[in-house]
Amino acid sequence: MNIQLPALKYAKDALQPVLSEKTLEFHHGKHHQAYVDNLNKLIPGTEFEHMSLEEIIVKAPLGPIFNNAAQVWNHTFYFEALTAPGSCTTKPCDCYAKQWGSFEAFQEAFNKAAAGVFGSGWAWLVKTPEGALQIIGESNAGNPLRQGLKPIFCFDVWEHAYYLDYQNRRPEYLSKLWDALDWSVINARC
Amino acid sequence: MLLQILLLNLLNMTTMSFSLPNLPYAYDALEVSFDAQTMEIHHTKHHQAYVTNLNNAIAGTPAEGKSLEEILKTVDQYPVAVRNNGGGHWNHSLFWELLSPNASQAPEGALKSAIDAKWGSLDAFKEAFNKAAATRFGSGWAWLCVTPDGGLDICSTANQDNPLMPGVGCSGRPILGLDVWEHAYYLRYQNKRPDYIAAFWRVLDWKAVETKYNEARK
Repeated sequence: MNIQLPALKYAKDALQPVLSEKTLEFHHGKHHQAYVDNLNKLIPGTEFEHMSLEEIIVKAPLGPIFNNAAQVWNHTFYFEALTAPGSCTTKPCDCYAKQWGSFEAFQEAFNKAAAGVFGSGWAWLVKTPEGALQIIGESNAGNPLRQGLKPIFCFDVWEHAYYLDYQNRRPEYLSKLWDALDWSVINARC
Repeated sequence: MLLQILLLNLLNMTTMSFSLPNLPYAYDALEVSFDAQTMEIHHTKHHQAYVTNLNNAIAGTPAEGKSLEEILKTVDQYPVAVRNNGGGHWNHSLFWELLSPNASQAPEGALKSAIDAKWGSLDAFKEAFNKAAATRFGSGWAWLCVTPDGGLDICSTANQDNPLMPGVGCSGRPILGLDVWEHAYYLRYQNKRPDYIAAFWRVLDWKAVETKYNEARK
């Protein structure tokens, strides 16, 4: 199976001023593309060649095949849930307020987890098999499917996701990214 | 009496806590390889944050008053913030010392002999080191270490770990380290880590590495 880079559903400058066109050019055009290319070089002739990305993520041992497969999936999932800042007319579901007391308390907890991922990684909102929502941090390519959790949305906290726009100020990137979330996509995943 | 207490507290604060080392060159001095904005943010923001967070993490714990190397050698005893920020402080302090606008471009003497004996040539050594640096997935460092038996070895570690810490997959005393966190190169090189690695050799001062090598073998 040849893995393809999914096109963005918006222009590369559409996420300004939260994320610059230059950041999107590198993040999608170079980083995401490189994970796709690496995976396509790594899997031919292996047991993973005809698996879906999800199957590879769950079954591959930790190492380059897992890393690249998960990074392809994680970035697709991240980019899909973004939209032009301020343009989303769908409201977040009330599940957040129910579990965290208020949507703001949920955001605060999520930002704290994302700020606390040391080094490269991701912050995830996931649903447990019991149906509860949970915030988790993962290093590097970490993906919750591997633990049997259902991903709802994610923030990329690799420095390449925000360094051109925010440099060392990860908390500022995190607080602004909420303005660019597409809740119609995220609600449909719940 | 009050003044004495105040002075004593001040003395304690200065001797018990870690501080950001000054750089021995200007932020724009390494422009041939690293831009001034990257150098300034790297030193005054990232490195400073490790120092500040380390001091906060050890305050009131048994780590307070110990040398950084003592702490790192037994880092598993402490909360993870000590590991991350202690490693961050040590690693960056070494990194800055190895760079120079007037960098000696090749090792000499005992270090040159040891590199040639192990890798055959300086170029072959660089190729092996570059590979360790380029293939470190995510944030981390590549190292040249003096191993416990006195030999040389190349390895890489994740995040702010280093070979002084137990159980990181390689052990020894680093005499050369390259930061491959994206913050070290993203403003100038973006996704092109190999270009950053190639540029690093232009400002790596082999005289400084030789000094570390001689110290490590004492």
